[in-house]
Amino acid sequence: MNAWASEQRSRTGERAFRSLCLFAVLVPLALLGALLFDVALDGLGRIDLDFLRNYPSRKAERAGLLPSLVGTVYLISLTALLAVPLGAGAAVYLEEYGGRTRLSKLVEVNIANLAGVPSVIYGLLGLGIFVRTCGMGRSLLAGACTLALLILPIIIIASREALRNVPKDLRDACYGLGATKWQTTRQVVLPLALPGILTGSILAVSRAIGETAPLIVVGASTYITFLPDGPMSPFSALPIQIFNWVSRPNEAFLENASAGIIVLLVTMLSINAAALVLRARLQARIG
Amino acid sequence: MSSSKPETNIERASASKDMDARVRRASIKGSSRSIGESVIEKCLAASGAASILVTLGIIYTLSAETIAFFAEVSFAEFLLDTEWTPLFSTKHFGIWPLVSGTLITSVAAIAFALPFGLLSAIYLCEYATPKARLFLKPALEVLAGVPTIVYGFFALIVVTPWLQAFVPDLAGFNALAPGLVIGIMITPMIASLSEDALYAVPNTLREASYGLGADKVTTILRVVVPAARSGITASVLLAISRAVGETMIVAIAAGQRPTMTIDPRESVQTMTAFIVQVSMGDTPAGTLEYRTIFAVGSALFLLTFCINLLSQRIARSKYEGVA
Repeated sequence: MNAWASEQRSRTGERAFRSLCLFAVLVPLALLGALLFDVALDGLGRIDLDFLRNYPSRKAERAGLLPSLVGTVYLISLTALLAVPLGAGAAVYLEEYGGRTRLSKLVEVNIANLAGVPSVIYGLLGLGIFVRTCGMGRSLLAGACTLALLILPIIIIASREALRNVPKDLRDACYGLGATKWQTTRQVVLPLALPGILTGSILAVSRAIGETAPLIVVGASTYITFLPDGPMSPFSALPIQIFNWVSRPNEAFLENASAGIIVLLVTMLSINAAALVLRARLQARIG
Repeated sequence: MSSSKPETNIERASASKDMDARVRRASIKGSSRSIGESVIEKCLAASGAASILVTLGIIYTLSAETIAFFAEVSFAEFLLDTEWTPLFSTKHFGIWPLVSGTLITSVAAIAFALPFGLLSAIYLCEYATPKARLFLKPALEVLAGVPTIVYGFFALIVVTPWLQAFVPDLAGFNALAPGLVIGIMITPMIASLSEDALYAVPNTLREASYGLGADKVTTILRVVVPAARSGITASVLLAISRAVGETMIVAIAAGQRPTMTIDPRESVQTMTAFIVQVSMGDTPAGTLEYRTIFAVGSALFLLTFCINLLSQRIARSKYEGVA
């Protein structure tokens, strides 16, 4: 009788704990849902062609985000152009060439540490090195260089993972045919690792789209009435424009901020979706 | 293809070692082809070394401006003064109000993220069906991918008014709301890394515990979690470092008043938010204001670096057994 009671109690406790754990998973997800719902509720009504086509304005209802949208597209393209070759190159060195040399060990420890540096510190790096020392000024190029360094560790880590998944047999077979190391890497390893490298890179780049703090420190403009015309041009970016609208006390600008957030999230989502499609395509081609 | 006998694997390994040596010898003898090869290897090594240049760049930039800062402001004032007013006419350079602001938002964040993250990890590892895991894990990861500017908006526009209904005297800008929102952001980090740690606990430990008559809750709380504690601690430390370095959420929702307080209902300024505040204005290079953000940046860098280092140290001490 007593054993039965304690069995019962323990089963209730068991169930209670399990529910508590499930609750802990669901609460953050519910909050995410609430966040997206609130943004959609406030912002969807504000999005129209004029919002995407207009320049910033002192009047909330006439303000648009064209310069920051174009700025983000330029900025991210430049960032990818700088970071992806550098990151993939570093990964190839570490996986295919480095072995256990002192340099590769040092690089490895270093990447782990860089991944933990707050993004605002990268902004200070960009301000000190690119904006001042290199004399790029508060330009698109300075912003892109800063973001490229920020996502470099993520690209290296993802690319190494992709390279590691290429079976060693294939490399040996290629050497057996008399190929050199670089021939093997370029014609056998890289094509097979490409889907993984590209997916990881695109995800890293999409991450960079939402970065705000480093761009503020590097000196992105919040109020800009022209489109960037080259890498040395001053620029704005979507998150900067959103920050500007959020910081205004006027209710109407908050609506703009919500609409801007929707544009930002949709941009990120479509890039992520593109990454998935690209990976599927490339894998199908290889398989 | 890969299902070969172990001895052939060993043979293959030694064969490929020979091969490597032969390839190397061939490339030493070879002519233009080997020059091309070595140029490419140099280029790849250079891109590998680029990440080291980034670290050196960070250290150089921060320390150069920080040294210039301390030429004008004494180190004692930086550490002993309790006021931070570098942008006022009577300037004080005591870092503590910024440190306390950072501390208080981070504590709020961890107070949310630790229980939710750890319990989520337990659910994912010990209870969830494979199907549920397949959906829940990526869903949680989305939380970590939302841009912080969006979280900042959420903290200011949704969470603060909502908290004001429960918490008396909660200011419009306060430390509590952004702290909790940072907590939401870092929960998946704790969940995912702690789940890895729980997953790594050998099943023999669980079976031994069941064999002694313990039920599942007891096994999880007394055996599995303690066995995974180094991994869990490492994940929490990493999450703390993320919370300390988080910028936009606090810049938007915590206000811009550096106050020496431990009351989360008040408006505070964190180290990161100060850097943003100064950067928003037009501060010419070489001025003391310009240098303050690098001095604050150095303090922030050192703080997060130490936490990350500690986390790596603890994670490496992997499996300690059950105490």
